[in-house]
Amino acid sequence: MSIAIEADELVKVFKGGIRAVDGLSLEVEAGTVFGLLGPNGAGKTTVVRILTTVFLPDSGKASVLGHDVVTDAEAVRANIGLAGQFAAVDENLTGLENLRMIGQLTRLGRKSAIERAAELLELFELADAAKRIAKTYSGGMRRRLDLAAALLHKPAVLFLDEPTSGLDPYSRQALWGVIEELVNEGTTVLLTTQYLEEADRLAKVLAVVDHGKVIAHGTPGELKATLGSTVIDLEMANNDAASRVSQLLVEKTGKQARLVGASVELPLEHGPSQVRELLEMMEAADLMPHRLNLREPSLDDVFLTLTGHMAEEPQEGVSK
Amino acid sequence: MTTTVITHSEMAVQRGLSRFISDMLVVTERNIIALVRIPQSLFFSSVQPIMFVLLFRYVFGGAIKVPGHSYVDFLMPGIFLQTVAFGSIGTAIGLAEDLQKGFIERFRSLPMARSAVLAGRTTADLIRNVGVLILITVVGVLVGFRIHAGIPAFICGLLLILLFAYALSWGFSIIGLLAPNTETAQVMSFPLLFPLTFASSAFVPVQSMPGWLQAFANNQPFSILVDAMRALSNGGPTSGYVIKSLIWSIGLLIVLAPVAARKFRKSL
Repeated sequence: MSIAIEADELVKVFKGGIRAVDGLSLEVEAGTVFGLLGPNGAGKTTVVRILTTVFLPDSGKASVLGHDVVTDAEAVRANIGLAGQFAAVDENLTGLENLRMIGQLTRLGRKSAIERAAELLELFELADAAKRIAKTYSGGMRRRLDLAAALLHKPAVLFLDEPTSGLDPYSRQALWGVIEELVNEGTTVLLTTQYLEEADRLAKVLAVVDHGKVIAHGTPGELKATLGSTVIDLEMANNDAASRVSQLLVEKTGKQARLVGASVELPLEHGPSQVRELLEMMEAADLMPHRLNLREPSLDDVFLTLTGHMAEEPQEGVSK
Repeated sequence: MTTTVITHSEMAVQRGLSRFISDMLVVTERNIIALVRIPQSLFFSSVQPIMFVLLFRYVFGGAIKVPGHSYVDFLMPGIFLQTVAFGSIGTAIGLAEDLQKGFIERFRSLPMARSAVLAGRTTADLIRNVGVLILITVVGVLVGFRIHAGIPAFICGLLLILLFAYALSWGFSIIGLLAPNTETAQVMSFPLLFPLTFASSAFVPVQSMPGWLQAFANNQPFSILVDAMRALSNGGPTSGYVIKSLIWSIGLLIVLAPVAARKFRKSL
């Protein structure tokens, strides 16, 4: 297995002493999707900006395809594509002009930039809109154009910072399909996301990031397995009963239960065999649930267990 | 061995230079297209100066007494400078917008000459200013403006204003890079431009101002540029104003361009 992206103890401190990235290390195998998962302000975007040479790290080392991002930034830039958090589309240019400009700036030359742009517009189903000003594009079209712009020079490594944020479910699925196709053709992808479903579907390996550090690392399956095989959802009569049950469960099992309104969710370390024990416990306390559901753990559960807060819950802090 | 090394580095420099120029032209083209397609920017760079010409020529002009030629001849050099100065707000807004929308981020991840981003922006401004100055000259002539010092001198005057405007573009790039968003870029620009434009010799004789204000108005660069342009358009002794204008323009450029470039490297 060859390593396409490597980061070792990266640190980036912003004004005011905010340690956006705080000793982060990662390794991405060539030809795979690596997911950086974390809430807003976890430092995901900053990591991407360091790896794409937009920012210099304050300390630590990183390389892309063996090229150091600080001392050999030129070589890194020639081999990467970046689609940032905001679709960096020039609204005043047409789709074709946008791609032609980026193509020229990636040293394709005007003629081959136009040819390649036409190819990508076709691929991303933007050919009909190629001569329209990007201001008239929908959110999904902008994202696709932005992704196309990152692919002009057929980069071996692609960085996608929250590629589907703000997209409707249909456009999101379509974009996932495109990313999967690129990976099948050998592209290495590092993507950041807040959407656990997205990480689960696309990434071979995930790193969960919080406060600028990797707090967990593994395949989606491995991360979920750390929670045991099963999660139990209990629906209680009312919010009060739910909060009493959640308290009881924390006391008896030592595990953090998640309380949402009148329902309680708890990962079961020992799987379904634990259910009877739980039910007896609740019966003894006169707190039987109205309904009960056993399911596989989701990445949401992983996140809650690891960080103590939900992935999409707004957090204090700076991510830019 | 030594010669080979030098040749290599010379080649690298040449490659660097040709890359810088081609990237700069791409960025320039992009900014010019945007300028033409955004109705607001077309309005601010063309309709607004025409309105100022008409306002001062027909509304205020009658009440302003000037020495020498007619008021419209006094006015137009002031309008030229005001137009390019107000136009440089567009530089600040444009750059702030590029930062805000993630464009600068993308540029910095590309294997392009980074310096081409600011150079392309200021070159686009220069091209816009050439167009706008020609337009305003035509409008001026239509409302009675006459060149008394000869066309060559007049063109030299416009070139002087273009050089000064180029220096201003670099200055307003700094504001664009400092501002967190486009609105702030605009708000930061006006307090700078307003006193320099109106407490100057652009629209009224400085002698009509109170003494304390005269001290400022007589010595600030906008007045010096307007006086130089006026001399090169209406006739009269020029060398003092022209030399001072050149010193201001080149001095500002030498100071502001590196600051902007440095700020650009550290932005984001």
